[in-house]
Amino acid sequence: MKDDSALSAFLVQLVFLAFVSIGGINAAVPELHRQVVDINRWLSEQQFTDFFAIANAAPGPNLLIVTLIGYQLGGAVGALTATAALCTPTCLLTYFIAHAWERFKDAPLRIAIQAGLVPVTVGLVAATAYLIARAADQSLAAVAISAATAALAYFTRIHPLWAFAAAAALGFAGLV
Amino acid sequence: MSESPPAIAKPLVPTLSELFFGFLAIAATGFGGVLPWAQIVLVEKRRWLTGEQFADDLALAQFLPGPNIMNLSILIGVRFHGPLGAIVCALGLLGVPVALMIVCGALYSRYSDVSWLRSGLLGLSAAAVGLLISMAAKLALPLLRGRRIPALAFALIAFVAVALLRLPLYWVVLSLAPVSVAVFWWRGR
Repeated sequence: MKDDSALSAFLVQLVFLAFVSIGGINAAVPELHRQVVDINRWLSEQQFTDFFAIANAAPGPNLLIVTLIGYQLGGAVGALTATAALCTPTCLLTYFIAHAWERFKDAPLRIAIQAGLVPVTVGLVAATAYLIARAADQSLAAVAISAATAALAYFTRIHPLWAFAAAAALGFAGLV
Repeated sequence: MSESPPAIAKPLVPTLSELFFGFLAIAATGFGGVLPWAQIVLVEKRRWLTGEQFADDLALAQFLPGPNIMNLSILIGVRFHGPLGAIVCALGLLGVPVALMIVCGALYSRYSDVSWLRSGLLGLSAAAVGLLISMAAKLALPLLRGRRIPALAFALIAFVAVALLRLPLYWVVLSLAPVSVAVFWWRGR
């Protein structure tokens, strides 16, 4: 049932994916979706959306969506190797650059790079929101939950966990 | 774990196991993104870093590609204990959440058809979208405030290319990012 060739192909993708996830894994979710759902059909649209929701609602970094996809493709080994494939290359890069940072911190080029990357990140995170919203916000109630959570997270310092708990409770009650 | 504040607010040097459990605590409490918790634990509670050191490390972690919080854990591990410290911090950060995801994955493949779980997931997904929207809005706010037309244009191009045209992220980032950086370089001179 588990597909080894799918897992190894996924692992290879992850090694490269981290390098273009500027501003965090949320910027790379559309690419993950393109590869995993659109092109290779390893996951259904619904599974992908579910995994995104679980990874965001669970404690820990958002990159856990990759762990869940890895599990789906190869069980516990898949989960561990997928997490490692995503994290290791850029962690190594960070390790080797850490020492050079002091010298480059105030360099004009460094400042230009950072200023130039922010707008691209904004567009990519918005693209992720758009893609997930298209799959997740199928009912008026779901749209209302999304809007309420966005307002809560943007305007207040209330912990987003409460929004997740309330949204799940509404779901369990059959209201979404 | 003494609660009495030291007379001089000098950062303390954590041991390897303190680093491991520190990052474990950050991961365990960090719902919906870990970075805000990292600051609370590392700077305010344990005082391993000054606010300025944290801001420096965070700037680099966000500047480099890859998951920001992983980069941050590497930087802080290296700062105190070299490569071993980096590994310990990364494992502390990932250990519990990854184990939890394996459990969730197993439960999901068995029970994802159960109708009340299905409807719970519908609610969760909608909330996750909301959190993303607020994240995008927070990132976009400085661009909107400053009326930085080129920045808004690059954000819009990235959005259209990835969300609507569904172009591969590699093309979009590798073509758009250099142009965007060049524009800001030129304007900054």
